[in-house]
Amino acid sequence: MTGNGTEPGAGTGTGNRPTWKRRGSRGIRRLTAARPARGRQDGPPAPIRWSDFSLVPVILVLMAIGYAVSPVFLTSGNLISVVQQSSELSLLVLGQALILICGRMDLSPESTIGIAPVIAMWLVLPADGGRFAGLELLPAGAAIPLCLLTGAVIGVINGFLILRLRVNGFIATLGMLTMLRGLHVGITEGRSLTDVPESFRYLGKTDWLGVPAAVWICLTLFAAGGAALAYLRPGRALYAIGGNPEAARAAGIRTDRITWTVLALGGLLAAFAGILYTGHYGSVAATQGNGWIFQVFAAAVIGGISLKGGRGTLFGALTGVLTLQLVVNVMTLGGVPALWNQFLNGAIIIVALVISRFAGGERQE
Amino acid sequence: MSHPTPAPAPALHAEGIVKRFGRTLALDGVGLTVAPGESHALVGRNGAGKSTLVSIVTGLSRPDAGSVAFAGRPAPAPGDRAGWQSTVACVHQKSMTVPELTVAENLFLNRFGPGRLIGWRRLRQRAGELLAGYGVDVDPRTRAQDLTVEQRQFVEIARALSFGARLIVLDEPTARLDARGIQRLFTRLRELQRQGVAFVYISHHLQEVYELCTAVTVYRDARQVLTATVAALPENELVAAMTGDTGGAARRRPATSGPASASASAEPVLRTERLALRGAFAPLDLAVRPGEVLGLAGAAASGSTAIGETLAGMRRASTGRITVGGTEVRPGSVPDALKAGIGYIPEDRHRQGLIPGRSVAENATLTVADRLGPLGTVRPARTREFARALISSLDIRTSGPGQPVSDLSGGNQQKVVVARALARGPRALIAIRPTAGVDVRSKDALLAVVRRVADEGGAVVIVSDELDDLRVCDRVLALFHGRVVADFAHGWSDRDLVAAMEGVGERP
Repeated sequence: MTGNGTEPGAGTGTGNRPTWKRRGSRGIRRLTAARPARGRQDGPPAPIRWSDFSLVPVILVLMAIGYAVSPVFLTSGNLISVVQQSSELSLLVLGQALILICGRMDLSPESTIGIAPVIAMWLVLPADGGRFAGLELLPAGAAIPLCLLTGAVIGVINGFLILRLRVNGFIATLGMLTMLRGLHVGITEGRSLTDVPESFRYLGKTDWLGVPAAVWICLTLFAAGGAALAYLRPGRALYAIGGNPEAARAAGIRTDRITWTVLALGGLLAAFAGILYTGHYGSVAATQGNGWIFQVFAAAVIGGISLKGGRGTLFGALTGVLTLQLVVNVMTLGGVPALWNQFLNGAIIIVALVISRFAGGERQE
Repeated sequence: MSHPTPAPAPALHAEGIVKRFGRTLALDGVGLTVAPGESHALVGRNGAGKSTLVSIVTGLSRPDAGSVAFAGRPAPAPGDRAGWQSTVACVHQKSMTVPELTVAENLFLNRFGPGRLIGWRRLRQRAGELLAGYGVDVDPRTRAQDLTVEQRQFVEIARALSFGARLIVLDEPTARLDARGIQRLFTRLRELQRQGVAFVYISHHLQEVYELCTAVTVYRDARQVLTATVAALPENELVAAMTGDTGGAARRRPATSGPASASASAEPVLRTERLALRGAFAPLDLAVRPGEVLGLAGAAASGSTAIGETLAGMRRASTGRITVGGTEVRPGSVPDALKAGIGYIPEDRHRQGLIPGRSVAENATLTVADRLGPLGTVRPARTREFARALISSLDIRTSGPGQPVSDLSGGNQQKVVVARALARGPRALIAIRPTAGVDVRSKDALLAVVRRVADEGGAVVIVSDELDDLRVCDRVLALFHGRVVADFAHGWSDRDLVAAMEGVGERP
């Protein structure tokens, strides 16, 4: 038609447009499949999409199955352990969701979650005594700020590569992933670090009101992130940048600055996840975080975040994380042999993708 | 038209076509008959049903009632792609070629020839012959992405013809061509018509209809309201048929307050001093006074678009400076241009204008996010309120501020882009091809809005090669190869301006 590839010929004359588009012919449906086309009278500027809630029934079904499989499932101890185990992954997903919404991709967090605590500990641990010789440059109290700073610096370097040098973000952050893992192994000589600073332990182990502090912190961060996306200027700008970067720039949004900030934030959140994980288990293994990035992307996409940018919510991402963790928990309780875990994990992710694809009714891009 | 003459069967004969989508009637018993070797214009405002008809006569969707016949034979069965391919093809505005593959591969995609191995030499040779046969001067080894728009269109037409199709639907083929490209396109189309190829020509540009087509069919609100030979139909009657108005041609000229409104003594709002961008345009001194609309006329390659983008902060000038109200604007920064009071209507709303999945409200308020709440917050209530004000002041047809912008028609989408440029109350407005791809009535409304900015004391620069856009200007500078070659006061003649834009009398 007319300079307008997405409009398959509805009447402009009518006030409420396109209820018919969904039922249209094959060609038309193909054109409009990527968005719901209900004629809304007067919704909020960011309309609520039911696809954001598509995993809620899946979670309920999983809980029903869990209850049927084992009476232990519905005990508070078990449920708390599920959310506790979700907390570190969910922080990586939070950062990745923001990065994906603004149309980028960052693979490095799976290494950042290990290297950031290692660098912080390396700088503060005493140079002699203990199994691992640190540099003792800074007091132990600086461990958390150092760790967060490391994560942010990694994000800033990613931003430099992607936004200034304009290299391919996927490969650049893949290189970063490999390089940081190597740095981790090099610094620790492949051993686990067990002299975890007290501040890490506190965050990883404390309970507040009977629930681990890590869970409260994650919930708070998700709520803050969700509010920022909905009510803050830079938050709204993320959707604009991810949806059409050229248009965002033409509208006066400082696209590079915001993208760069989001990449730094992604690194910072991964480092924070590293603090929680290290504190919880009381050590940093050389493989900490290894292989997580697959789960991070799976959770985000299952949760309705588009890999092409501009679409998705943090609530959706959070349900994605919970779904994956519940599946693992139910399988464990169901007595599935551990040797089959990896196979089932992959299979479940594929099944979950298919379910959320059809429950959400939108293509996953 | 309803009875084919006994001699040749019409290339296309569609009759009594009804198509509904849910409760919406998209086509209400319409018809279209195209004689062999004829160019038949199909015109109508956005949403009149043209696209639906195209999807039916190209086999993409099935009519609920009515019949379609090609050259006297009934249309192929719905799933018979090969049958459809050998009958009819549509060249869309969007490229249907594979950009990374060569022209030869695109031409013979999936039918590389006998045997399992691809004979590259033979393939290129066949492609060369095919293109030469239709007078298309393109090297078959060129990659499709390196073609110009018109070359790409011709490769697509040649591909359709090589399948045996003798009816081709052209959907807005000139939308992205400059005047010279349009002439070359028309020359080739006439050539093909002589070889018996028939065209259904969809366009918003009525002068093209008059130039190329022999017959015209008008759809309005899902109905066929008129079919006539072009020669016997005055332009004002055609416009009246499209819009349902009886106002006639007078309506097509936007009501301007005339050139007198620009007071020659007032201080210029927008000024450039020796502004230049290497490789795009030579040093340029502009001064646009309050109340004045300045036109920058030029084909796509003339540098006029680059000037507009530089003024808006999308590009950074290599030398010179821009001032608004006497204050210098930081170069190459859109936020600073906005702050200085420069509003910007970008060239291509799909590429630079709209965030497709987001709502009308969000799209319209992108430039004013800082006014929607305190301390960097954006309040949904104030966003809606702001958007509603813009929707009503620009008469945007939408179900509400929350509707996704991609659901709107082309004209209304463009109004959203304009709304955004006006949302900050700009002192200077830069509009690049502000009416591209919109229907007649939206065009007038958009130009009237642009004019209003000037009437309220702002300065406006319109960058365009559309004569209708330039007609609202008080002064027009014609550009050619990055330099101003002529300066026209209000009341220029079409021919003089077009000649200047085409560089007639200039050394290339």
